[in-house]
Amino acid sequence: MLELRNLGVTFQTRKGPVEAVRDVSLKLAKGESLGIVGESGSGKSVTSYALMRILDRGGSITAGDVTYSGIDLRRAAERDMLDVRGREISMIFQNPRAALNPIRKVGAQIEDVLRRHAQATRYDARAKAIAALEAVRIRDAEARYEAYPFELSGGMCQRVVIAIALACDPRLLIADEPTTGLDITTQKTVMDLIRELSAERQMSTITITHDLGLAAEYCDRIVVMKDGALVEEGTPEALFSNARHPYTRKLIAATPRLNASIRELLPADTRTPYRPSRSDGETLLKVRDLVKTFQGKSGPVQAVKGVSFDLTQGTSLALVGESGCGKSTLSSMLTRLLDPTLGQIEFDGEDLGAVPARNFARHPRRRDIQMVFQDATDSLNPRFTAAQSIAAPLRKIAKLRGTALKNRVAELADQVGLPQSLLHRFPHQLSGGQKARVGIARAIALNPKLLILDEPTAALDVSIQAVVLNLLADLRADLGMTYIFVSHDLQVVRMLCDQVLVMQAGEIVERGATAHVMDAPQHPLTRSLIEATPKLPSTAFEDPIKEVAE
Amino acid sequence: MSDTTTSPRRQALAHFAYVMRDNPVTFLAFAMFAAFVLMALFGPALVPYDPLASDASKALQPPSASHWFGTDNLGRDVFSRVIVATRLDLTISVAAVALSFVFGSILGAVAGYWGGWLDAVLNRVLDTIMAFPLFVLAMGIVAALGNTVENIVYATAIINLPFYARLVRAEVNIRREAGFVQAAKLSGESDISILARQIFPNALPPMMVQISLNLGWAILNAAGLSFIGLGVRPPEAEWGIMVAEGANFIISGEWWLALFPGLWLMMAVFTFNLMGDGLRDLVDPRRRT
Repeated sequence: MLELRNLGVTFQTRKGPVEAVRDVSLKLAKGESLGIVGESGSGKSVTSYALMRILDRGGSITAGDVTYSGIDLRRAAERDMLDVRGREISMIFQNPRAALNPIRKVGAQIEDVLRRHAQATRYDARAKAIAALEAVRIRDAEARYEAYPFELSGGMCQRVVIAIALACDPRLLIADEPTTGLDITTQKTVMDLIRELSAERQMSTITITHDLGLAAEYCDRIVVMKDGALVEEGTPEALFSNARHPYTRKLIAATPRLNASIRELLPADTRTPYRPSRSDGETLLKVRDLVKTFQGKSGPVQAVKGVSFDLTQGTSLALVGESGCGKSTLSSMLTRLLDPTLGQIEFDGEDLGAVPARNFARHPRRRDIQMVFQDATDSLNPRFTAAQSIAAPLRKIAKLRGTALKNRVAELADQVGLPQSLLHRFPHQLSGGQKARVGIARAIALNPKLLILDEPTAALDVSIQAVVLNLLADLRADLGMTYIFVSHDLQVVRMLCDQVLVMQAGEIVERGATAHVMDAPQHPLTRSLIEATPKLPSTAFEDPIKEVAE
Repeated sequence: MSDTTTSPRRQALAHFAYVMRDNPVTFLAFAMFAAFVLMALFGPALVPYDPLASDASKALQPPSASHWFGTDNLGRDVFSRVIVATRLDLTISVAAVALSFVFGSILGAVAGYWGGWLDAVLNRVLDTIMAFPLFVLAMGIVAALGNTVENIVYATAIINLPFYARLVRAEVNIRREAGFVQAAKLSGESDISILARQIFPNALPPMMVQISLNLGWAILNAAGLSFIGLGVRPPEAEWGIMVAEGANFIISGEWWLALFPGLWLMMAVFTFNLMGDGLRDLVDPRRRT
């Protein structure tokens, strides 16, 4: 049905033309679901934009052909493309909230598409829009029709986006990272929904993702892209059991999975012996009945409802839960950026909860509690170079200046594996993994006793995630830090953390040693979280690295 | 990626050169701005005649080789007057915009960062200022404070202030919960330091566009005030007054009296407005790729 032949896409940039996609050939049959897997910059999104002809300014198809049911999409007139887009080929974008117009009712946005493609008239548009909402299993569609995007959860928004994409019964659906930023349980419902709907409608799908596990679970066939080119193609089973290309092997090896140690995520030649971290058994942090109440429009809202736990020095604790469960609020209180409403935070024998967050910047304990933020891009000031960002805490708290400061920054860069030459770059000139390293270097600059990591690898590619996770484990062993690791990825938690706390609606619903909780989950939430994690096919080889080494 | 081994100053120069090369309009605007600055600095030394010396025997002569822009009703050389007036007009507009930039930024940053009653009060005050027809407000201020050049500067600054305060408030407000602000708190930075070092510089790119538009507007405003007889007084050379005086002679065919100062005024506004994008690109580190 769809065929790409030797597709090449080139972008004109300040540094001259850049080839984003080269020589990509693909075929897609009716009703087939194809997964395009690759890391950021591999050209997987550009490929799909090219076939929809919605490339950014400066980008153009420079080689090859795109044929869809006999139509030459590369040479089709723009007017004809308007009819193809939405009607024949639809697309779901990464961020559902950004894809919806925030000031219009979701129902009206569905009607737009229907009327644009003459699938509905003024009189029956509303009924058809409601039917489209029902089709994506939105309960009470009549009422939801009147909702604005901000009134809906992330998963709900993505359903609306899917409803818009499917409103005109397209024959091909392209989903570009459809579940990034969604909870793992929501990811499962959204992906199940897409699979169900495409089976119902005999629709072909292309799923673009960086998550091999996800692609393996939901696609009939997977193509792997690297640096703008296809490197491998095959069914998930074949790919996992018998990957031919070294890059595919590396990608599979880096995907967190059951029974793998953190070192096994790395390519064999870069593995170093694992260093266990030491603990003196002292209790570093004692949290008692911590409560945070926010004043909402409709009365007070309890984000954290009486949380208590102890944390032993040198161990790592995972904080797991879905978005809105209060884990971010809790970690903000622990970093002393937010004041608790009630309860104690006893750190190293000192009640820090009593010190107002406002004054904590100058508190002597400030240097002992640091944090690595979820969004590395957002956590770096766009006007500061990497060196300036890392130096900030050293300047303000350690009062380092001149050469001493410079040396320490260089030392930290080495510690986190950031090349010295990158220190003078601005954040926008760094890759995601490099920005994450800058954030980590800044957080460990003062040798904190407690480091809170808020999904530090959520935005990273798997191979970089593997490196960062190992870096974190090594730093903990070398510096004797204690970690609180906020995450929703249970596979990652399993590899990195000793203890786990599962939170739901502001309360801890399950706690215990990580392996124990994961193997014998008691609470339904824990069970559904574990279930929703995409699993690699059972045929996935035990140690892919061994074969590469041969 | 930019060359990271060179010094910051050379990098900045290279960036300036790039911005100029990248957009010919920006280059033109900066070239014209440089010309205006030269006129303002060296105008009195460059012009062929004394802008204030009248010569009744040469009154109302059309443009010629000796008087490029002709002479006015008192026989003064229009070209010399137009050039010499640049200094006064630029000073008024730049000083007024600088004042409103500084005070507007401080007020807006404080309101945007701390919010609460401070924000509410400030917003209502700014609303009140904006509720007046701005030119009439400026007239009122000059009339009340006294008919001097300084008061034109103050009046222009006051009526421009709300635009800066609003813009900075919005830019600061969206960034006060940003990750890098939280990170700065973890680094032990105080609120004032976070506001001044971390947040405010990020508001500069849109501010530059505002500044360039405002400069043009301020120059028109100053000329407008002198056109109706406020602020600068004859015989001082100033574009607004010259247009006002020359307007009387257009009917009788002596068009050059009003045309040339008007043309200069237009070009100055044009230059400032075109500079906006270039200024923004200069202060935006994201452009230094």
